[in-house]
Amino acid sequence: MLQKIYDWIDERIDLQPIWRDIADHEVPEHVNPAHHFSAFVYCFGGLTFFVVVIQILSGMFLTMYYVPDIENAWRSVYYLQTEVAHAQIVRGMHHWGASVVIVMLLLHTLRVFFQGAYKKPRELNWMVGVLLFFVMLGLGFTGYLLPWDNKAFFATQVGLEMAQQVPFIGEQLKILLAGDASIVGAQTLTRFFAIHVFFLPAALFALLAVHFILIRRQGISGPL
Amino acid sequence: MQRGKGMKFVGDSRIKQGPTASRIPKDYSEYPGRTEAFWPNFLLKEWLAGAVFLIGFLILTLAQPSPLGGLADPTNASFIPLPDWYFLFLYELLKYEFASGNYIILGMLGLPGIAFGALFLAPFLDNGPGRRPQQRPIAVGMMLLALVSVIWLTYSSAAPVDWEGRAEMDPPVPPSDVQVEIDTEHPGYAVYETSCLACHGAELEGTAAPTLVGIDYSAEEIADISVNGIGTMPPDQFTGSDEELEQLVDFILSVNESVEE
Ligand code: HEM
Repeated sequence: MLQKIYDWIDERIDLQPIWRDIADHEVPEHVNPAHHFSAFVYCFGGLTFFVVVIQILSGMFLTMYYVPDIENAWRSVYYLQTEVAHAQIVRGMHHWGASVVIVMLLLHTLRVFFQGAYKKPRELNWMVGVLLFFVMLGLGFTGYLLPWDNKAFFATQVGLEMAQQVPFIGEQLKILLAGDASIVGAQTLTRFFAIHVFFLPAALFALLAVHFILIRRQGISGPL
Repeated sequence: MQRGKGMKFVGDSRIKQGPTASRIPKDYSEYPGRTEAFWPNFLLKEWLAGAVFLIGFLILTLAQPSPLGGLADPTNASFIPLPDWYFLFLYELLKYEFASGNYIILGMLGLPGIAFGALFLAPFLDNGPGRRPQQRPIAVGMMLLALVSVIWLTYSSAAPVDWEGRAEMDPPVPPSDVQVEIDTEHPGYAVYETSCLACHGAELEGTAAPTLVGIDYSAEEIADISVNGIGTMPPDQFTGSDEELEQLVDFILSVNESVEE
């Protein structure tokens, strides 16, 4: 049955080369921890991606309960923590994943840096990587506000005050993020929610796609 | 293995090149190594590493439930803001004299801008042919310097913080769901009124100081805090007799009990 469906689609769109293109590549000896244990440093990028997948899945489940308005945001998280089956684990994964992903990103960046793997021809992919890092930090900053507890509120207030001090565009930047020149409130929460679940993930997916396509085109850098 | 317009991507500084050798690196097929196919050979081993990582990660989430503070109260003037740990180094930087006050732009945008700008442009700043760390001492030196600074700033920001005290000051108590009944006839109420009400509110809801409803302290602990303070609460808020102290503690506990029902 499955084979038939596969054949039916394959006959029309020539599926084989698409997935073979993803599956068929060689893993050189110097990046394979089975041959050289120290090659585990090459796992950091893959593990970062793994945590990103965890973040996306756990985040999708969190939005099934989370309500982005100042009356209910905190209560929905509290309800999630105390009433919903296994939600404490799902929120725990999203909460700790946000920290673990920063750690893995740092390790991955340091691996690439100290191996000089950003040198020609991989300059572009390095810059894509730094942008990915910024996007992840942005996700951390916007996500921190969403539970709407005291530490979220006051940290965000400080962050927005700093944005306000940026020369020339500070005022506009703050209004863009907070929805108001002076109030950190209902508008701010919905904006941060939108940025956290739509804008930044969209940027993340686009950058990740470029990152991976470039890795496949260029292959992994050779041994030192 | 040749791709595209004769481009080769894999670099190797281990192989000595003759005088005519070009800078174009060799590719994998030139190394007689134990290369293996990604699908399915490598993937079958890789998922094991992923599984071990996942188990470690799940143990972390099970051992440490994710924290939730009390509902945000914009009028709470006593709350000391702190960002998430990976922003602490930027926050701490602003406490240095050369990075605050008149120089705030330098501390907020200048220094981090230079550091992250250099990171972004690293391939062009460090554009020599050698990939090994010892062939590019400046780049590696700068990175080590940046790393040490970030770790130091994060450490000096986090070390003096009383994390447990912060969590205790800000417990997750559902606010309006609680019906607080204040028995003004209670002998402890008068003591509360003189010693605590100014900061903790007429209904223990917290104003300048956190709420006292839903706190998780024993009678001894409450008595101790009234006398000795805790966190940013100064000592000697209560200075009456032992009997009054007992009445005060009893009053606070009775309000908490009435809420739990
Ligand atoms: C969400 C974030 C990221 C993900 C999921 C990711 C994933 C990956 C993966 C799976 C690889 C293959 C090699 C390896 O695993 O080490 C890789 C390579 C690479 N990454 Fe990333 N990465 C991310 C962020 C970054 C950042 C922040 C940088 C640099 C600032 C970066 C720069 C590079 C470069 C230059 C390569 C090629 C290295 C080589 O060929 O040796 N990436 N990335």
